Amino acid sequence: MTALASNRGAGVTPRRRGARSGTGWIGLIPFSVYAILFLGIPAVLAIASGFFTSGGTFTISNFSAFGDPVILKDLVGSLGLSAASAILGAVVGALVCYAMLGMNPDGWLRTIVDSAASVLAQFGGVMLAFAFIATIGNQGLLIVILNQVFGPGTFSSPIYTVPGLTLVYLYFEIPLMVLTFMPALEALKPAWGEAVATLGGSRWTYWRKVGFPILAPAFFGCMILLFANSFSSFATAAALISQGGIWPLDIQRALTSETVVGHENEAGVIALGMIVVMVVLMSAYGVLQRRAARWER
Amino acid sequence: MKTRYLAGAAVLAAAALALTACAGTAGGSGTGSTKTLTLAEAQKATSVADFGGMAGLVAAANKEGHLNVITLPPSWANYGQIIQGFEKKYPGIKINSANPDGSSADEVAAAKAQKGQSTAPDVFDIGTAVMNQNLDLLAPYKVQSWGDIPDEYKDADGLWYYDYTGLMSIGYDTKKFPNGVKKIDDLLGSDFKNSVAIKGDPTAANEAASAVYLAALQSGGSADDIQPGIDFFQKLKQAGNFLSTLPTQATVASGETPVVIQWSFNNVAWGPAAGSAGNPNWKTVVLPGAGLGSYYNQTINADAPNPAAARLWEEYLYTPAVQNLYLAAGAYPAQLAAMEKAKTVDAATLNKVGAAPKDFVQLTADQATKAATLLSSKWAAAVG
Repeated sequence: MTALASNRGAGVTPRRRGARSGTGWIGLIPFSVYAILFLGIPAVLAIASGFFTSGGTFTISNFSAFGDPVILKDLVGSLGLSAASAILGAVVGALVCYAMLGMNPDGWLRTIVDSAASVLAQFGGVMLAFAFIATIGNQGLLIVILNQVFGPGTFSSPIYTVPGLTLVYLYFEIPLMVLTFMPALEALKPAWGEAVATLGGSRWTYWRKVGFPILAPAFFGCMILLFANSFSSFATAAALISQGGIWPLDIQRALTSETVVGHENEAGVIALGMIVVMVVLMSAYGVLQRRAARWER
Repeated sequence: MKTRYLAGAAVLAAAALALTACAGTAGGSGTGSTKTLTLAEAQKATSVADFGGMAGLVAAANKEGHLNVITLPPSWANYGQIIQGFEKKYPGIKINSANPDGSSADEVAAAKAQKGQSTAPDVFDIGTAVMNQNLDLLAPYKVQSWGDIPDEYKDADGLWYYDYTGLMSIGYDTKKFPNGVKKIDDLLGSDFKNSVAIKGDPTAANEAASAVYLAALQSGGSADDIQPGIDFFQKLKQAGNFLSTLPTQATVASGETPVVIQWSFNNVAWGPAAGSAGNPNWKTVVLPGAGLGSYYNQTINADAPNPAAARLWEEYLYTPAVQNLYLAAGAYPAQLAAMEKAKTVDAATLNKVGAAPKDFVQLTADQATKAATLLSSKWAAAVG
């Protein structure tokens, strides 16, 4: 959305933009410094470590990690988990946003959903794992009650597997979708709907021809954010599936293993793999957005 | 506490001939010629004599005022009490306990990353596999009671020395499993559905790998052939009995992990011994037949920011009082045999914990490497 806005601005008033760029960059300094210190440097260091042995000599042998069937299986696990939680989170989150559109923006329900979403979107880590263990874990309230009703051993908890983590991740993915997608949905002007109606279009026509196309870049952008969020989540998975199965756990294992020692630098290689996955995804999104922007022009 | 320590020191002094003078200084008024060492000198001190005796070491450590320990969980082998005891005995030294739940590899990573900084770890409590890869990080030092540590338990130059070992044990909730666990195959039974947990991923955590080794020993395998252990966990997984939850004191107390295969000192610590935080029905069983142990080593960081405090900590750990504290947690200390001989062992505790096993299997470095290689190629497929 921001990118679109600035494109449009550039087209209308090119001179003002040029004038602003003289001193405008100063405002960018705090963010740039922050991003370099806490994102750029650590990422470069992490990736660089993949190109060295633990002794410090240059090597590309760490890349043999990508031939390890365990690492490959865990890549599939990571991609599947992140895609499932991103798609489900985005769809459900968007539906919640749509439902909220009809509410009074200052009403109590809307206020509660808004604030709950901002809190729950950050609810992760070991706390989240234990919340799920307590409710639908093997000794959790729900499973225990179900087993008392239907006989012991009828139900076992799904949350200790990689696919089962999807359910757990949705707990923070849906609120994150609500938080990030709501502004886009609110930006739809009622006038557009009225225009469609005046021209004889149905409500479905409005969504198909106007609503969906306008919202698509925001929707997929949010979905990529959700994907990245799941893709990099670590602590919840570590508490629930201690036997590994996704890449963040493989990185931890490579870094801290007490038994299979000397593979620390493979962590850098897996980190590079994760960045590559995100870059591919972001590029695909960029292409998508450019197509959408062409339509907007 | 203090009197007991002095009494212990006196007995030890009688036993260890060469060290009588030093122990005498410790108990005496400190008349020995204490030396003031620079940081670099203290980092190279190989015995208490380099500080001019125990009083000199205490003075130097007090001057540093800090001791950085790492990966010592309070409920692990009684470290909570051991750390408290040190701070009580040497009130001038504050212990900074970093990353209590970390692994041996985390210790090495911290020492490398924080090298030269005041927060770097001073001492390591470290597993053998990781230590052997990082011997260059260690400084040699021989504690006063060096002679009480059996020769095969220590490096001849004092680079490392065994401290304590647990035995692989099965902890279980007696309320849920009144019939108990008598052999490892019992765990494959249908009443153990969704019940059996180990301490993490065996390709990462030594304690989890040791659970696999125990299963191997108990199922016809050996330290050279751990495949039967992997097969056992595969069967456990297929029976639906294997839990992938990481067990903690909390999951044991809540019943989430009703069976945990782990070091005896951890199973003991999570049971009734933990009071209200533990599980009152938690029973620890060391199966008859081949047992499995693994000594953890004590070592000093060659770049310790508090080298005197680091050495004082080692002296403290190898006093009978602290070795008895390990024992009380169900961990067998390295000086146990000498202590039994010198009658400095806490007889009531030993009685409660049970005599040290005459023989248990401890994987050699080569066997551990071989086992780890097999685990990294077979484990994920077995339980995946």
